[in-house]
Amino acid sequence: MIQHHLPILQILVPLLAAPVCMFIRHPQVVWVWTLAIVWLCLPMSVALLLQVLDQGVIVYELGDWAAPWGIEYRVDSLNAFILVIVTMIASVVVPYGRTLVDSEIPASRIYLFYAMFLLCITGLLGIAITGDAFNLFVFLEISSLSTYVLVSLGKDRRALTAAYRYLIMGTIGATFYIIGVGLLYMATGSLNIVDLGKLVPAMADHRTIQAALAFLTVGLALKAALFPLHMWLPNAYAFAPSVVTVFLAATATKVAVYAFIRVIFGIFGDIDVLALLPVRYLLMLLAVAAMFAGSAVAIYQNDAKRLLAYSSIAQIGYMILGISMDSVTGVAAGIVHLFNHALMKGGLFMALGAILYKTGSVDLRDMTGMGRRMPFTMAAFVVGGLSLIGVPLTAGFVSKWYLIQAALEAGWWPLAVLIVLSSLLAVIYVWRIVEIAYFQPGGQLPKIYDRAPLKLLIPMWVLTGATIYFGIDATTTMDIAYTAAKALVPGGAP
Amino acid sequence: MSLDFPGLFNYWLIIILMLIGFYIVIAHGNLVKKIVGLNVFQVSVFLLYITMGKVEGGTAPILADGIEVYSNPLPHVLILTAIVVGVATTALGLALVVRIKETYTTIEEDEIDAMENQG
Repeated sequence: MIQHHLPILQILVPLLAAPVCMFIRHPQVVWVWTLAIVWLCLPMSVALLLQVLDQGVIVYELGDWAAPWGIEYRVDSLNAFILVIVTMIASVVVPYGRTLVDSEIPASRIYLFYAMFLLCITGLLGIAITGDAFNLFVFLEISSLSTYVLVSLGKDRRALTAAYRYLIMGTIGATFYIIGVGLLYMATGSLNIVDLGKLVPAMADHRTIQAALAFLTVGLALKAALFPLHMWLPNAYAFAPSVVTVFLAATATKVAVYAFIRVIFGIFGDIDVLALLPVRYLLMLLAVAAMFAGSAVAIYQNDAKRLLAYSSIAQIGYMILGISMDSVTGVAAGIVHLFNHALMKGGLFMALGAILYKTGSVDLRDMTGMGRRMPFTMAAFVVGGLSLIGVPLTAGFVSKWYLIQAALEAGWWPLAVLIVLSSLLAVIYVWRIVEIAYFQPGGQLPKIYDRAPLKLLIPMWVLTGATIYFGIDATTTMDIAYTAAKALVPGGAP
Repeated sequence: MSLDFPGLFNYWLIIILMLIGFYIVIAHGNLVKKIVGLNVFQVSVFLLYITMGKVEGGTAPILADGIEVYSNPLPHVLILTAIVVGVATTALGLALVVRIKETYTTIEEDEIDAMENQG
């Protein structure tokens, strides 16, 4: 019985838990409550993923109203995978976050922080699970609005302007998305994604449909921070509280990329939209531009958080590149990179959070000798950095390997060269930090052994360990990614 | 429609409103004006939805004798949700502006930028 209602419980549990935080109010009790909720969400999403892999797509009709009239939640291998990513990162971030939240957020506001955090999880899970285009917009706004609040809680006053800019850009993106959905509804009379996927091909030449595609693409690209619509991201990541940065970097843009995949392949899949309009080449061009521009700007950053934020923009480029190739291998590479990047960026930002907690600064100039002062934290950082570059035995290598393979399969060898070249830029910015932390003399800083508390180290190494594990044994993740990609790409079904 | 408009009159209005709103968001440096622009932009989308649901001569979808033509209520309901989201966004945006005013003592974007660049 419970098994049957899992899809809706996945959303309802965090949604209902959020207002409860407002009644509890006590900082420590709220933390325990949040932890209990996210640890309850994780097994639910894992159960959904296992059920989907075992029995195929799960359809859950809300209030027993049949689609396309009712809203349906539709879990397939792709979004079950996304659900697991979100809940998994959340279950690591909450235990990690306790110390940092206590140190960065005033005690009187901590319960609000956790309420917003739970709402943000609800929104992200909702985007992933829903099968209704308008419902997706509502969840998109639930997650975005709570994210703006979370960002604005940062200590630095620039967090406020960062949150404001994110709000303006995010709302424009969301509004573009509903314009797109409205145009689709106008042309087809349906809001159900599967139904739309069946109705749209018949009217592919219609101007309304093409305009809808344009609006949806731009709107979601804004949310996913695809170059050149990424301007909100660096400041939002740099000035948000460390915990928020970890969570956002690992999940928020990933879920937007997922929504993008859903629109491109779910709604417009059957008319091979990537070939119909020059959308494919446009996306490919933007993805490559993101890979280079993001990495190149990252090299010149002096704030380590900003550096990683720009690197995220580059990494989103790799995901979109995989998707734009429109082949099973390409899309699978994009999906697996979603997962791998969540692991490594989560681990990296956790390392920076620990450094910020201990030293009060993540400016590169203050990080001299950090390799000796915080050896375990910096070791985690180095592993994450290697994974960003794509060194073998790390998760990043797996993604890039399949990405290059997809490029070669399609005969686009220059693309493979570009992937390798942009990885070299990653070498430069990772090396900058490593050099400062390990090879520059400590200077005026005392050479103390200044280990981060275990409460921070354990979650950090859980993600870092996962980066290594999924770099060595990628069969599980690649299997899921391939199953999802085969279901998405036209003609790719086994 | 007896008007000599190419296309529906409402759509022209919506496009004009949309562009005005969008322009305000981009061009104005005052943070409150940006939010107002954002609102105009969103309202134009609300009108788009309301227009698409309207059937000429149709009334509200109430089951009663003598009424045969109904407007489509679904877009109207959808936009009710979007209005709520819009209100929440505006409230949050204005709250942020208040906080920005408290810490920066200004709500002009160029002045804030100048302060941020100083460090």
